Amino acid sequence: MSKKHISTVINGDAMEFLASPEQSLLDILREELELTGSKEGCGTGDCGACSIMLDGRLVCSCLVLGVEADGKKIDTIEGMGNGSDMHPLQKKFLEHAALQCGICTPGILIAAKALLEKKPDPTEEEVRYWLAGNLCRCTGYDKIVRAVLDTAADMRTA
Amino acid sequence: MNDMTQTNLQKDLKIVGTRPLRPDGADKVTGRALFGADKSLPNMLVGRVLRSPHAHAKIISIDTKAAEALPGVKAVITSKDFQDLPSEFVPAGEMMVNFKDMTRNIMARDKVLYEGHTVAAVAAINDAIAEEAMALIKVEYELLPHVMDVEEAEKPNAPLLHDDMITIGVEPAPKKPSNVAKRVEFGFGDLDKGFKEADLIIEKKFSTQPVHQGYIEPHACLASVSEDGQGELWVTTQGPFVVRNFCSKILGMSTSQIRVTASEIGGGFGGKTVIYLEPLALALSRKACRPVKMVMSRQEVLMASGPTSGAKIWVKIGVKKDGRITAGDAVLKFQAGAFQGSPIGPGAMCAFAPYEMTNVRVVGYDIVVNRPKVAAYRAPGGPISEYAVESVMDEIAQKLNLDPLELRLKNAAKEGTQAPYGPKLGPIGMIETLEAAKAHPHYSAPLGPNQGRGVASGFWFNIGGETCTSININEDGTVGLTLGTPDIGGSRASMAMMAAEELGVPMSTIRPIIGDTSSLGFNFLTGGSRVTFSSGMAVVESVREIIVELRKRAAQLWDVSIEKVEWVSGHARLVGSENPKSLSLRELAEAAGKTGGPIVGGASINATGAGPSLATHIVDVEVDPETGRTTVLRYTAIQDAGKAIHPSYVEGQMQGGAVQGIGWALNEEYVYDDNGKLLNPGFLDYRVPVCSDVPMIDTVIVEVPNPKHPYGVRGVGETPIVPPLAAVSNAVSRATNIRFNELPLSPPRVLAAIESR
Repeated sequence: MSKKHISTVINGDAMEFLASPEQSLLDILREELELTGSKEGCGTGDCGACSIMLDGRLVCSCLVLGVEADGKKIDTIEGMGNGSDMHPLQKKFLEHAALQCGICTPGILIAAKALLEKKPDPTEEEVRYWLAGNLCRCTGYDKIVRAVLDTAADMRTA
Repeated sequence: MNDMTQTNLQKDLKIVGTRPLRPDGADKVTGRALFGADKSLPNMLVGRVLRSPHAHAKIISIDTKAAEALPGVKAVITSKDFQDLPSEFVPAGEMMVNFKDMTRNIMARDKVLYEGHTVAAVAAINDAIAEEAMALIKVEYELLPHVMDVEEAEKPNAPLLHDDMITIGVEPAPKKPSNVAKRVEFGFGDLDKGFKEADLIIEKKFSTQPVHQGYIEPHACLASVSEDGQGELWVTTQGPFVVRNFCSKILGMSTSQIRVTASEIGGGFGGKTVIYLEPLALALSRKACRPVKMVMSRQEVLMASGPTSGAKIWVKIGVKKDGRITAGDAVLKFQAGAFQGSPIGPGAMCAFAPYEMTNVRVVGYDIVVNRPKVAAYRAPGGPISEYAVESVMDEIAQKLNLDPLELRLKNAAKEGTQAPYGPKLGPIGMIETLEAAKAHPHYSAPLGPNQGRGVASGFWFNIGGETCTSININEDGTVGLTLGTPDIGGSRASMAMMAAEELGVPMSTIRPIIGDTSSLGFNFLTGGSRVTFSSGMAVVESVREIIVELRKRAAQLWDVSIEKVEWVSGHARLVGSENPKSLSLRELAEAAGKTGGPIVGGASINATGAGPSLATHIVDVEVDPETGRTTVLRYTAIQDAGKAIHPSYVEGQMQGGAVQGIGWALNEEYVYDDNGKLLNPGFLDYRVPVCSDVPMIDTVIVEVPNPKHPYGVRGVGETPIVPPLAAVSNAVSRATNIRFNELPLSPPRVLAAIESR
């Protein structure tokens, strides 16, 4: 089967690519567009390392087909900062040492950003349940949750 | 060689012990950092592995002709493409691996020994064609009966995995082969006498399941071999030099022909100290003369990369009424997987190591079964054996109505104690962590209905090993530091901190990188909690030597003898209070050409004197009597770090290890069907802890300095996973008033026990 021509906006930039019907959006991002910030940890939507925003909705890009992205707006980890000014979450993660190996970090940052945009004042329990779809094997989640709560507090007073 | 014994304890430390930002952090929070699967090369092929669908079978024939002929396929390999290597044991982290077994594990020769065992591999221009090619490879199998459990595998008529396996460590050697690869024994004293003296003896049998290290990043590599036989390998690994060694041996290449670059690593925990895809990618690339990228799917990771052993453990402990241990006896039977090499040695050595024993014996058996070959997992063997001993200790505390921490304090190992595995221990922090646990508010917090509190201690040795670092003073006085041990938890930060502390310059002056295998002498892998200890030691030695060189250059510029030059706060200073002459690192660097050339240095050591790290954990759980579900309410991890160079990263190790242990205790296990096929090769059903499963993990860092390290460092990475298994199990036992003796304590198991109470 021949590839389809797909048009999207990724991190604010108009982008086009060719997608085979069986390619996931994650495959497209990583292999066709060389945006390797989103990671494949499982390929079955269980680990969240591939988390992105699709038309403002948090999704696992391994569960979205490349062809489904046609006409949609995509936000990945590569677009999270603003030039050389990192997003407050990125800064807090570094401050709190909320990452060790860093493989889950892009997915967790995207997910945490989605949470804070939806709910600027989450409780610890809400943060934990929101991030339940993002596996981390290194940190035990403690410093991640602290970093998200601290960022939320900062952003509310900013 | 400098005296590396700890000298910085009394100094007023400016950087060590603080919490600066890690130097490699920006790339990791922006998606810029490159992991194993993130690199590509022009003209690259995709490599895929054909795996056995059977747990145990003879390979009658493999026909790859149709696959080779498929357009787009550039190479196909089978065992024919690899030489057979004779048996030879070499270290891989804290475990030993055998080259004959390794050759067979990376590519099956005449038998497949587990579902998922590699049978062939292909390289094609894209994944779809590679997949099609795999379907065209015809393999004829003759099914054999399989065995999955150690006690079944020991039976005289059990299916035999290796017809040349004669148990090592048994005198006289058995005449017939079996599935028992090895017997080990440690201990001393008189067990009969010890048990006769006991007022109470508890004897229990335990069972644990294999668990996977669970790194979120699957195995991945990119190999590129040129027409002249030189190879480059980009790989996610804990040990680039070890990978180079193993691959060159398996491929019949010389070490210098393979240059290995470690990518950023998305978790390892011991599981990335061995090779799977790497020799396949190199062999395919060599055949096709094009780069070959290979990445495992999560299913492949779980089916075919080493978990740690499942085990059967039998423990017998005798104590006096006051709680003093009079004798300890244990038998461990560990699953090795398809090839010998479970962590039975370290498991046996550690079982009673937190305690001062007079009469002790631990016997261990390494038993092969038709499961993937086990690989190291964070304190390999320790969590399993210590889980059993710590559970019996808790039962003893209950029966004697003693506080479980008091019981441990009565028996705690300390400096001068003879460890059950032989040597006398140096200073250790067992007592200190117990006292800290007793004093912690968690320990006296009230508990509600269906809630229970468990404690457990844990011991792990830690290792040193061969380590090389190099250091260069750049032309502007900043510093390049090259390390050979991949950074799996923030070690670049601690290395830069120690270097900056020694040099007396801000940490931002130092840029640490991980060098490839062509840039440094041999470095043993990142593992055994050795990096802050060994690479740290090498960094300190490198800096101390380069300070001598810097003083020499200053002496030259001032035309004085070197004795007249001291190094203070990042400057060379002329000795004598009347003379304010000083030269900064920058000034010395700018004058380097005039004074003899670039200012460089390095160190090559075989670090010894790694000190054990002891820990005590406290956990509160609530068990729902209707569902058997255990909720972890509160967790406190207390551990001796010797000296925490960067406390946030030490805390991170403690928290991460504790949560892995919680998963091991409550949910993680492999589920196989009657044909030896894995039913849960994915993160949905191989259930690791998620964010909502755990509370905050409170940490207390105790510091009993290790005198053998310039900053008193002890490795901390592994010990945290040792206490949680028993701590959680003890908590569940106390919450339900049922003594459990198997893991994981998944809801069905707990519920069945509650209902039959």
